[in-house]
Amino acid sequence: MYRGKALKLLKSLSIEVGDRVKIEKAGRVYEGILMPRTELGDPNHFVVKLASGYNVGIRISKGVKISKVEGGKMPRLGLPPLEIKRDPAKPDVTIMGTGGTVACRVDYRTGAVYPAFTAQEIYSAVPELANLANIKVVEVCNVFSENMTPQLWVRIGRAIARELNAGADGVVVAHGTDTMGYTAAALSFMLKDLFRPVVLVGSQRSSDRPSSDAALNLIGAVAVAGKSDIAEVCVVMHGSTEDDFCLIHRGTKVRKCHTSRRDTFQTINDIPLGMVRGTELKLFREDYNRRKPKGRVKVEGKFEPRVALLKVTPGMPSSVIRGVLKAGDKGIVLEGTGLGHVPESLFDGIKLAVSRGVPVVMTSQCLWGRVDMKVYSTGRDLLRLGVIPGGDMLPEVAWAKLMWSLGKTKDLEEVSELMQENLAGEITPRSRPDVFLKPTFALTP
Amino acid sequence: MKEDMYKKLGLKVGLEIHQELDTHKLFCNCPSILRDDGPPIGVKRRLRPTQSELGEMDRAALAEAIKGKGFNYQVYPDTICLVELDEEPPHLVNEEALDIALEIALLLNAKPVDEAHVMRKTVIDGSNTCGFQRTILVATDGYVETEEGRARIPTICLEEDAARKMGEDAGFIDYRLDRLGIPLVEIATGPDFSDPYTPAKVALHIGQLLRATGKVRRGIGTIRQDINISIAGGARQEIKGVQELALISTVIEREVRRQIALLEIRDELKRRGAAEVEKGFIEVKEIFSNTNSRVIRDAIKAGSIVLAVRLPKFVGLVGKELQPGRRFGTELADQARAYGGVGGIFHTDELPAHGISAEEVSKLRSAIKASPQDAVVFVADIGERAEAALSAVVDRANQALLGVPEETRRALPDGNTEFMRPLPGAARMYVETDIPPIPITEDRLRRMKERLPELPEQKRSRFVRDYGLSEELARRISLSEHVELFERLVKKYRVEPTLVASTIEETLVSLRREGLAVERIQEAALDEIFQFISKGKLAKEAIPEILRQVAKGASVRVAVKELGLEVMTKAEVLKLVSGVVKSNPKLIEERGEKALKPLMGIAMARARGRADGKLVHELLKRELKRLGGAR
Repeated sequence: MYRGKALKLLKSLSIEVGDRVKIEKAGRVYEGILMPRTELGDPNHFVVKLASGYNVGIRISKGVKISKVEGGKMPRLGLPPLEIKRDPAKPDVTIMGTGGTVACRVDYRTGAVYPAFTAQEIYSAVPELANLANIKVVEVCNVFSENMTPQLWVRIGRAIARELNAGADGVVVAHGTDTMGYTAAALSFMLKDLFRPVVLVGSQRSSDRPSSDAALNLIGAVAVAGKSDIAEVCVVMHGSTEDDFCLIHRGTKVRKCHTSRRDTFQTINDIPLGMVRGTELKLFREDYNRRKPKGRVKVEGKFEPRVALLKVTPGMPSSVIRGVLKAGDKGIVLEGTGLGHVPESLFDGIKLAVSRGVPVVMTSQCLWGRVDMKVYSTGRDLLRLGVIPGGDMLPEVAWAKLMWSLGKTKDLEEVSELMQENLAGEITPRSRPDVFLKPTFALTP
Repeated sequence: MKEDMYKKLGLKVGLEIHQELDTHKLFCNCPSILRDDGPPIGVKRRLRPTQSELGEMDRAALAEAIKGKGFNYQVYPDTICLVELDEEPPHLVNEEALDIALEIALLLNAKPVDEAHVMRKTVIDGSNTCGFQRTILVATDGYVETEEGRARIPTICLEEDAARKMGEDAGFIDYRLDRLGIPLVEIATGPDFSDPYTPAKVALHIGQLLRATGKVRRGIGTIRQDINISIAGGARQEIKGVQELALISTVIEREVRRQIALLEIRDELKRRGAAEVEKGFIEVKEIFSNTNSRVIRDAIKAGSIVLAVRLPKFVGLVGKELQPGRRFGTELADQARAYGGVGGIFHTDELPAHGISAEEVSKLRSAIKASPQDAVVFVADIGERAEAALSAVVDRANQALLGVPEETRRALPDGNTEFMRPLPGAARMYVETDIPPIPITEDRLRRMKERLPELPEQKRSRFVRDYGLSEELARRISLSEHVELFERLVKKYRVEPTLVASTIEETLVSLRREGLAVERIQEAALDEIFQFISKGKLAKEAIPEILRQVAKGASVRVAVKELGLEVMTKAEVLKLVSGVVKSNPKLIEERGEKALKPLMGIAMARARGRADGKLVHELLKRELKRLGGAR
């Protein structure tokens, strides 16, 4: 919106955004609709949308004359809400809005894409969903996914339980992609006795563009939530750079691996649960929790928010851990090197943490593979110091799990047991040989 | 048709000239390179129509969406990145491209905007992976003075080129992503031309001016013209992709013809009292169960239906010619292909023919209850496609009741045009939110104005004045892509500017006509040649022969040596001259000093380019004088 002298000038002429205006400046005449001004831009330009559709910025300087040609409407991006009749033959799926790019529009404050479509508008944008399920829409929160918090995880978890316990056949959580993996892991530990699918979905290309991945992802997510028998928390996103199929990832094994690609989400150290092409499901495995006709989801929603996730670097000093302890953190997840190692310079800090009853869990910054702390002496030393090995858990998953475990017990022994036990598919018993990154470039010249 | 006839028809023509710039891509660091090797990767995608900033779905976007094809993008990982693939946000605008666009704007006397906004122009035919073309209005209110008078240039835009369409089948359109993102300057003239001939001349003039910057790409497809045409009572057509300037006037003439014919159809329909055509389709497969039409027989065998629709009171009009070889029926077929994906249509104005018998036609007519006044259109294809095709046919027929629909049309090689999509409205633009507005400072413009390139006409008069070139040679070199090379050589070596200019503009051209690979001749070779000449080591007469050898792969030094073209010493020339004189006593006896001219010819032929003509001339003259004096 306009501010400063621009705003003053507009007010004095009672011109509002959306009005048709004429601006004259040094022999140039621009006529068009006055557009909102991004606040991050300088306050010295008017933005006008010309009849050709182009926007131009006109610097406010001496000799600029602006006049109103006619009043107009503030441009809006809203979609008309789509009314649907409930079809008892179709599953009931609740779409839960949390913000993020599966639901977004242009924001004039920053000039950037902002999460602001209501979930209802998403539905209006993808009318194909009507053939698939009876959709109900709930808005739980509206934040960028980078602003997601453990408190909001619990709010989302409670909302999911409410929907499922009230009879929804599945829940789709529309979530920004940045921290979708964290939320998926947290929900996996939090939701006990889950008897129906909970599907997190997002998009990497904003839904305002024709090439958005949002529609295919959302259709896939609703298909999994409504039709599949996977009673787990999972993530459904593009399976490749093509608009072909989505992969169904287990919520505790999935990670955002690319800053911008559509197929950014990958299952690490395991194969995905399955795939969905259009609305056709194909499952890759048998070992998942099955849907039950009846049940009651319980929310174990106590999280200890003060847990640190530290990436180990060469020569890292113990003062890093001392600082973390001083800040009051109650648990530490280390993203160690290789099989789960740290430099000796960190030993004192680790000793101090364990002696204060603060659990220290080891994961690997390699992401692929499991930690093994008995192969080299450093690992053995760390085990002796009381470091808890995290198996092939992803560091972020271990972090969410430690927060949740500390919400259940402060006892170091019990925390250690919980961390090493496979609670929600986060630790795989065996390492498949076919789940490591494969380069797609030509290997032979 | 005479020019005043066009004026009477209310002809309005405007041009959009699209010129690729010679720099890397507009929103990423990929090189602007076209590929002709096979693509190593294909990526299949789809597009969905979206809402524009003003909240109305654009009809062109809707039309493409209904067509519903997928896109197969051809990718070369070494020259195409995630930005073209729409897998990474656009980088900041290529500042070099923006500078070139601003420079062009200033050369066209246009006024740059204070702050440029990157817009998304929704295009969902798949030619842009993201579903929109990024475009920036850079300047407004320009003009250019041409021999035809002043032509207004209301807008100059900087935009990204689209992907190249390589092919199409029932389900997918193939696009090559090499061209996507190459910076283009779009120069739009006002709709000010009222005859078919001026636009091409103005386009030529603007093209020459663009090349004067030395920063635009050259070669086939690097400059393309779109033409906007309308006549009074007709409608604006945007005709895309005219690459040949010579075709512009034909395209305009034929479009005028088309619009006149469409208006005649409208008037005739009005006279006949035609009402809106309804979408009542009838399945008539049985009528053709024993048909001799192979097309229909094969289609039925493959599981198609035959669907027909009645166009009341259209008899004779579907077969009416709009352009040479294109009838109103062809327009209906364009629509059927575009929206139904069918191969074509049949209509009763052209039947019986194509193996369809008179009996079948009359059965068809009675099945659909067509009066003799009505035309019948039918298609043979699978149900969904046949229906979509006929639905589009009916829509187009109804437009005929109103006159000429606004369309984007594709130029065909013969100057005819065919339907591409409805003309898009302004609603298809919205802001590119991934890129902040770009202020264009006074400072930047000042710096740019200081180093604006000389325009061709300014160059021409300077060349005449300073270098003594003839008007014609000055004109040619001032418009040449080698103009910079010319000036560099002239400044560096003490040689006649006319020799340099004629070598570049005439000798090289005639060698190319001989079929020689003149593109193999490097600038360094010309340097070497003119260096030899300036030092008197080579006669200018030897230039064509040396260049001929260089074009065949030899170096200048080797060519000079092998051809024995090192210039003769003065003593050698003297020897040659006296030899010539001695062997032609009769000639000299008969003609005296007037024998100079024929003797000159003989001497130069013997010298085979190794002697400077001036020297030969001088020595011959002296020798003749001596002889004359002796006698």
